[in-house]
Order: sequence, then C-alpha cells, then structure tokens
Amino acid sequence: MADTKRKTTVVTRRDVLKGAAAVTGTAILGAPAFISAQPVTLRYLGTAVNQSKEIAQKVKADLGIVIEYVPVTTDDVSKRIITQPASFDIADVEYFQLRKLIPSGNLIGMDASRIKYADRITPVFTRGEVAGKKVGDQGTAPKKVFYLEGKSSTKFSATPTQWITLIPTVYNADTLGIRPDLIKRPIGSWSELLNAEFKGKSSILNIPSIGIMDAAMVVESLGLHKYQDKGNMTKAEIDLTTKALIDAKKSGQFRAFWKDFNESVNLMASGEVVIQSMWSPAVTKVRSMGVPCIYQPLKEGYRAWAAGFGLPKTLSGKKLDAAYDFINWFLSGWAGAFLNRQGYYSAVLDTAKAQMEPYEWAYWMEGKPAEKDIKAPDGTLLEKAGTVRDGGSFEARMGAVACWNAVMDENDYMVRKWNEFIAA
Amino acid sequence: MERVHRGLSDREAGRTAVLEPASALATARAGVWRRRLTSRAAAPYWQAAPLALVFAFFFVLPLVVMVVVSFWRYNEYSITPALVGDNYVSVFSGCVAELPSLCLTFKTYLSTLKFCVLAWALTLLLGFTVAYFLAFHVRSLTAQMALFLVCTIPFWTSNVIRMISWVPLLGRNGLVNGFLITAGLTREPQTWLLFSDFSVVLAFVHLYTMFMIVPIFNSMSRIDRALLEAARDAGASGWQALWNVVVPLSKPGIVIGSIFVVTMVMGDYVTIGVMGGQQIASIGKVIQVQLSYLQFPLAAANAVVLLAAVLMVIAAMTRLVDVRKEL
Repeated sequence: MADTKRKTTVVTRRDVLKGAAAVTGTAILGAPAFISAQPVTLRYLGTAVNQSKEIAQKVKADLGIVIEYVPVTTDDVSKRIITQPASFDIADVEYFQLRKLIPSGNLIGMDASRIKYADRITPVFTRGEVAGKKVGDQGTAPKKVFYLEGKSSTKFSATPTQWITLIPTVYNADTLGIRPDLIKRPIGSWSELLNAEFKGKSSILNIPSIGIMDAAMVVESLGLHKYQDKGNMTKAEIDLTTKALIDAKKSGQFRAFWKDFNESVNLMASGEVVIQSMWSPAVTKVRSMGVPCIYQPLKEGYRAWAAGFGLPKTLSGKKLDAAYDFINWFLSGWAGAFLNRQGYYSAVLDTAKAQMEPYEWAYWMEGKPAEKDIKAPDGTLLEKAGTVRDGGSFEARMGAVACWNAVMDENDYMVRKWNEFIAA
Repeated sequence: MERVHRGLSDREAGRTAVLEPASALATARAGVWRRRLTSRAAAPYWQAAPLALVFAFFFVLPLVVMVVVSFWRYNEYSITPALVGDNYVSVFSGCVAELPSLCLTFKTYLSTLKFCVLAWALTLLLGFTVAYFLAFHVRSLTAQMALFLVCTIPFWTSNVIRMISWVPLLGRNGLVNGFLITAGLTREPQTWLLFSDFSVVLAFVHLYTMFMIVPIFNSMSRIDRALLEAARDAGASGWQALWNVVVPLSKPGIVIGSIFVVTMVMGDYVTIGVMGGQQIASIGKVIQVQLSYLQFPLAAANAVVLLAAVLMVIAAMTRLVDVRKEL
C-alpha cells in the first residue's frame, strides 16, 4: 500500500519568518502569543485526491494550524476510523460510509452552533434539494445521515438537530466517460455500457459497492428491472444485477475493470476502452493529455457521492478548537473556490463564489461557455475559451442525480456475489 | 546483538561451571537452576532464543491470532469473540450444493492452481536453462557475476511500474500489435495479448524466473565437475549426463525455487489484478475485498484455508526431495 505514506507539510524558512512576524505582531497587540508560537497540528485522515498541498499551505498562513495529511484509500479511511480512532484528529469521510462508522461510536456529532456557516450549507445535504427541487435519494443520500440524535448518539435523526455527522467538503455527480473520437456517435443512456457495439471496449469499476450501483443504472436503463432502491437492493435484485454483469462478462463485453483513478485514466487514454464508469478528475486528466474524452450526461441521471469532515470522539481541548477553526475556514470560501475550480462542488456556494472570478463561476457553476481560457489551480490550461462544461450547470448536474453511493443492508451478500462476478 | 553476546558469555560461563569441582553445585535449588541455564547443554537454546523470540512474536503470534479470529463473529463495524464455524461455512457455501458446477472458492483455487502450474513450469524451464548456462558454460567467475547482475535488471524498478509498462507494449495500440499489423501478420489488433491469462502468466514468468535461477545455480555450482567427466568417460551423451547427473544433483535448488514460485503465485493478487485487468479472480483479491469491507473474520477464514492449501503443496514438494538432507 504505497499510498499510506505520510505526507507532512514542510515548514520553509519563509513560513518560519511569517510565523515570527505573526508572533511579534500579536505580542505587540497584547494577544496571547503562545498560540502562534506553538502551532496546533491536525492529523487529517482522508484520500489523497482531497488532500491538496495548497490548502495546507493556506491554512498555515491564515490560521497557523499545521495540517498533517494521512492519505489512505477510501476503504482504509473506514478501517482506520473503526480500528484506530485515536490515530487522526479530523477525517474526510464519504457519507455512505457513515452507516458503518456511526454505530461504532468513534465519530461524534459536530456542534452546529460552532460552525459559522452551518445554515448556509447547500440544501443538497440538509434537505436533498437543488434549486428548490428534490433530487433522487436512492442509496445513502446525505440528508438521511446528516444529523445525529445527540452529540454521542449512534442513531441518525430524520429531522434537523444541533448535531451534524459530517460537514461537507466535496461532492459531485458521476457518470460514464466516453471517447467521442472512437465512438463517433452520440451516447445518451447508461445502457450503452453493455451495448454489443462496444464489445471488448467497455469497463466498469471494481469497487463492489460503487460498481453495483453503476450496474443497476445500466440494468434499469435496459428495462430489465425497476429497482425500489438501487442503493439498497434485495437479495433477488443483487442476483439479477450480477447475473446481467456475468452474462456480459462471459460474452467478452469488458476489456478490463479498474480499481483506482490512474488505471481508469490509462484504460481511456490508451484507447483500450472507449466507454466506462469514470470519475470527474480522471476525465480532466485524460483531456489534459490531449486525448478527447467526455464526461457524458445520460438521460437516467447521475450517481452522486459526497464527502465531509468528521471528528473523532477522542478530540478535545486545543485540538478540538483548532478542528472547528479549520472547518470554519474551509467553508469560508478560499477552499471552496479551489475545489470548484477542479470540477468538484463545495459546501457553501456563495462564499466560494466571492473567491472566484465571474468568468470562472459562469463556466464551472452556471454551465456557460468559457469567456477566457479555464486554468487549473496550478495554472495549467484545462479548457480553451468557448468550451462548455460537460453536463452543464450545477443545477443541471446535481439536479439530475438519480442515486447516491451506498452501503446496503445486504452488503455481505452483495460483496459475495460481486466476487463471483469477478471469478466468472 | 546484545542477546547474541549474552549467549556467548553464557557458554563461557557454562564451560567454567563444568570445569569447577562439584562442591559448589550441591547448594540451593536456585543454584541448580542457574546451572541448568548456564550449562553447556543449554547453550544452543540461548543461541536460538533471539531468533525464536522474533519468530514467535512476528510470525507465530499473528498466525495464532488469525486462526482465532477466523472463528469470531462480525458485523459491519465490529468483531466479537466467539467460537463459530460460520465463516468457514461461508467460504465453502454452495460448494456441495452447486455440484457439478464449481462454487466461488473452488473456481478461484482452480484458476490460481492453473497459474501456479503454468508459472512454475515456465520459470523452471527458463530458470534451469539460465542457471545451467551460468554454471557450466561461463568459466570465469567475473563473467558469472556480471551475467548474474544482468539477470537482476528487471528488479531495479518497482513491481508495479514493471507491470504497468506492459500496457504500451501489449495493448490494442501497443508496440507488439503495431508490429504484427505492419508486418501483415494480422489485420485486427490482437486483444488476447493484454488483460488475459496470457499476460498474467507472462508477468509471473518475468517476475519470478530469478527466484528459480538463484537456488538452482547455487546447487549446480556445488556439483563436482569430475562427475560430469566421469559420466562422459562412461559413455553418457550430453543429454544423459544432464538428466542423470545434473538434474538429480540440482534437485534441492529446483525444489527451493519451486517453493518460492508456487507460494508467491498462490498469494498474489496485484499481478493478477493489473495484468488480468481485474477480470480474473484470485484468493488474495477475495481476501483483500473482504478486508476492505471490514469482514475480518471471514477474511481470516479464507486466509487459513489458503495457508492450508499452500502448506499441502509445499509438503508434497518436500516429499519428493528431502531439502534439509540435500543441503
């Protein structure tokens, strides 16, 4: 597991000078200088994609808090929270994992009264709405697991309370990625993944809980079955879904499956695969390699996911205060703008908007053609002027969510059937 | 190191204790114990103790824990001590009911076994040939060493990079397909070259042949050259000398190399995953998926079954040759 290596924020000479300046500054003002003199370190557990060096540097400069990233895989985030709850100070977790994590009691509810922007978090999370309209809530939709009954409760509350499980960091709507130059015709439905036209050229992701949902989107779109809840299938539905996958696999539909971001980029960029489940940054990566790739909006809608900050029950004192400071900072705009510019969505939209150029906001969030060249946070060119974002505006994309990443009641059975699919 | 030194000084102490007159010995029980601990007979135990402790702590203990946990109960977020066989039932569920079609576990083991046999046969053939060439045809020690280093070149980069580098070579738009098409050998790109049983076996051979070469070369370099001359003098042809003299005397190397290759292939899931395009099952992958879904007891049960399978294979191989006797 090479990705469990620790990344520690390096303190440069300039940081030290800045820190020293801050100390002198506050000392002159008569504020307690020891806070700056002894910076609090927060161990930030999460996946590497969400852990940007820029964010850590900015927090250091703005708040004097040192962020020490602990990058692991999504699965290892849950494993750590359950088995080593004292090994981190703040965790970046996906909402669907909460159904496993909250009953363990290792995460506590966050006090909404200490979160400055709590009431301005987008209603996607609090009510499951985009622009006043309800979005699909199949699977573990964030609104189902957003509130706890009490601070240390292990039960979710259906109605808003003061105790929030996770403060959202990033979320997005996932769909299929395609190679328009190799397919040469419009794609408009999930069913195309199993179209015989793409025999030996399609792929699905080999992460059971997510792969099965993509498969369910395909099965429903083929008209084979209408699910009550794609994120919580019955055993019979799991059988039916995996059977459809096994039949396709046996007929040679799939070129390969992928498990991590880079594998999906390689499959697509090399032309081994022309249509596959994909994540948004992977599409951007393929495009930045000069290979045409579209994150194709489909008529059945998107499979959405969301992640957020959770706090371990062991946190107290100065570290707890620092964690709240960090979260408040995160929602205050700079980080949101940074994430929006990568194609993710941020939790509090208006603070992020204030930190973005109007043309950036129009491209990323309003689905308008880019007035100027669109650049990534590191300055590399992402899109030329005139391009429109795949899927359009925030409302068009998040409003068309059909289901959310989930943990099923029949999780054990699903994992077992998925293993059978891989072995078939 | 400290322990080793103590071990040595204990032996010194033991020697002096034996040499001294018996009068000092007939004292308290503590004295008897001390004598036992410092006697010459105890010395080997002291010497073995450091390794034994490391072994017990880092190997035996985890193994015991694994076996114990495989009988526990679990749910999504916790595991509870128990003594139930549910996990084993789950590992083999459907294996009898679904006959004659194979259940997940049998199918996976069969596929793993197939890779074992293929990888073993090919690495043995290649490894033996290379080792033979190095041991008998390269006369100078410097040249042997240089060629040995050449053999290790594939290990200069990481395992994952080595595997990923096959993609631009064997892929649909890769070098091999490019060559085949321009040479007019095929019209369509050949897709069986990558993400197939072929590519998995290819990667295994590439990765593990070295593990065959080293022990076989080691055995071969101990063969007395006079034996080969004697075989020649007795009228044996080159092949007869090879089959009747070199192969039997290289057996320990062959068995050790085979144990390396077979155990590595049995437990592998990274190579099968990457080269098989995640489409081919392996026991390691099943265990990994179960671990990532926090099904620790189930994963432990699978690991115990895998361990038993590997031990059986090794037992069978060591029955063919008594490695300890031959060394």
